Amino acid sequence: MRYLFLFIFLSCIYIFYEGLKKDPKEIPSNLISQKIPSFSLTSFSGTNFSDLDLKKNEVIILNFFASWCPPCSIEHRFLTKLGRNVSIYGIAKKNEHNELSSWLNKLGNPYTKIGMDYEGITSIDWGVYGLPETFIIDKDGYIKYKHVGPILERDMKKIKSIIKNLK
Amino acid sequence: MTLIFILLNLIFFNVNAIQPDEILENKELEKTARDIGKELRCLVCQNEDIQNSNADIAKDLRALVRKKLLEGESKSQIIDYVHSRYGDFVLFSPPFRIDTIGLWILPIIFFLILSFFFFRKK
Repeated sequence: MRYLFLFIFLSCIYIFYEGLKKDPKEIPSNLISQKIPSFSLTSFSGTNFSDLDLKKNEVIILNFFASWCPPCSIEHRFLTKLGRNVSIYGIAKKNEHNELSSWLNKLGNPYTKIGMDYEGITSIDWGVYGLPETFIIDKDGYIKYKHVGPILERDMKKIKSIIKNLK
Repeated sequence: MTLIFILLNLIFFNVNAIQPDEILENKELEKTARDIGKELRCLVCQNEDIQNSNADIAKDLRALVRKKLLEGESKSQIIDYVHSRYGDFVLFSPPFRIDTIGLWILPIIFFLILSFFFFRKK
């Protein structure tokens, strides 16, 4: 009985120790392997941007960003690199049109189409809680992967291989 | 005097991050909105509910809860919606499921084991 007690105690310590290594800021997405949520926004160019635009029968990237978010500017050149092989769509969260416009003029525009999420409701529909966040969507319109935070050099290999495997 | 002031503050000053312009006119709905707000965890600030958080996402969620209430959705519908978007993390009380059963059962088991050791006759 005493040994059983010791065993339970040590298991608890082990579980606690393993738990300490986890990053509490990383919240697993609830949308993985689900169909993309439906939405309808005005696009940057003034047309309509909806979930139908994302069902293109090809692998695509959807990036939530804003010109007021500094990590988004850091991520921008890596997104541009990815954009050579895959179409990138963007949803700008709570971004004024003219601010976004000058940001894109300065850094370049890797996006095929940008939706303007002025109220932030579409971002909530997608389970976005911080910017930037990036989704990889497969040919059939299912969400396959979510990257939280800026895509940096160290993430490129992983993201490229996920896209390659889905193609 | 200072002590009394602090104590009075603690008693009457209910800390809420909610801004005056967010409050709904309908008192009943506002009460429901606050109840919902207390059950949803702010996603970026670790262990703070959206009712008491100043983070942007908490503000957005508060606005969304109120919008959905005005559209006639019920408390459980709204909580289910937010849960479906953000997963278990967003709920302050975890759901009772196979994979979360340990959270609910283990404390009771530990309590029973400890009481057994404590009250056992030598």
